Amino acid sequence: MKQKILSLNSLSKGLLIPLILFPAWIILYNNLQNISDFITENIIQLSPGEHLTETIRFFIFEVPKVMLLLVLIIFIVGIIRSYFSTEKTRKILGSKSLFTGNVLGALLGIVTPFCSCSAIPLFLGFVEAGIPIGVTFSFLIAAPMINEVALVLLAGLFGWKIAIIYISTGLFIAIISGWIIGKLKLEKYVAEWVYKVKSNANCSENETLTLNKRIKAGYTSVKEILGKIWIYIIIGIAVGAGAHGYVPENFLGSLLGEGNWYGVPLAIVMGIPMYSNAAGIIPIVSVLIDKGVSLGTALAFMMSVIALSLPEIIILKKVLKWQLIVIFVSIVAIGIITVGYIFNYFVYL
Amino acid sequence: MEIKVLGTGCKKCSQLAEATLKAVEELNIVANIEKVEDIQRIMEYGVMTTPALIVNNEIKVKGKVPSVNEIKELLKQ
Repeated sequence: MKQKILSLNSLSKGLLIPLILFPAWIILYNNLQNISDFITENIIQLSPGEHLTETIRFFIFEVPKVMLLLVLIIFIVGIIRSYFSTEKTRKILGSKSLFTGNVLGALLGIVTPFCSCSAIPLFLGFVEAGIPIGVTFSFLIAAPMINEVALVLLAGLFGWKIAIIYISTGLFIAIISGWIIGKLKLEKYVAEWVYKVKSNANCSENETLTLNKRIKAGYTSVKEILGKIWIYIIIGIAVGAGAHGYVPENFLGSLLGEGNWYGVPLAIVMGIPMYSNAAGIIPIVSVLIDKGVSLGTALAFMMSVIALSLPEIIILKKVLKWQLIVIFVSIVAIGIITVGYIFNYFVYL
Repeated sequence: MEIKVLGTGCKKCSQLAEATLKAVEELNIVANIEKVEDIQRIMEYGVMTTPALIVNNEIKVKGKVPSVNEIKELLKQ
């Protein structure tokens, strides 16, 4: 009995701060427009309607809005992720048939805590557990492409509809690409030494976290992720705000607008050598759309920058032969092109 | 005490190595710290997320960089 009271006590301590902060968050979030109006018109005293005023108003409104959304979502996702680990994911994926495995692999790619610098040990660990490479690829494609930062930024800058479309098409690409790679039976294009690696897999640990520790994991991921990306977000929104009033509307429309069939492939080719996470690229995508680039082309560009990056390809080169890398890049590129065309020609938002 | 920092050379790995060194110094204990960068050796520990901290052949940390104080707690155990 005493122990129960004790655990309840420590529970409420960990929950207390988020429970107090949440209403404050809601009040602040709902009043951002008023606050930014007040700052631009009463404190800096700019006259409404002018280019400069609207640029500054946009900036003062967007930065805290995106930051608030990020803090909330990263915190929640941080707690969710504390329920997953690469070891658990490996166990779940180990016994699944091809298509189910691809679906699960892509879904787990979203929630498993994973950083692309661990791609090699993860790949080796998956191969050793007998997970088909197609399923591993579904995981490796979904993990960087679909994440909470991309979701928040897309929702904040374009609305929830586009954010959800991005996530579902991203999942679709991860599942189908992995499934095709699995069907093609490309195991022979994995470097030979990979199959010789023996790991001490029985070294498993059964760490059960308390709710307090999970909440702490939420704080840690907010600190870690925001600490890394805040500067990109501010720069990105500043560029967006600047372009908002000054660059002519159809500036890029002729090159990458809806009328051009080669817009989508061109955007993908441009995206591959560029390396950025969602935080850096989405504000730029927002400017592109603002300046006349069609939605499908802009999404294709973004997916290409995030999912097909040269540094990751170089990392994967250690465990894959070039044939498999070429196939991987082509299949994902074809998937992205398809999504781009579907948006440009069939979806009118 | 045998301490190993596993990592393929990313930024987080060197952060963990530095934090571990600092924790050992602050605790004033005798420890042998080794940085393991070879991927085959890393796999022998059954670690799939780097960086990882191994103390006396036991996985203490993986996939994150704890604070110096947290590492000190782990080393005291």
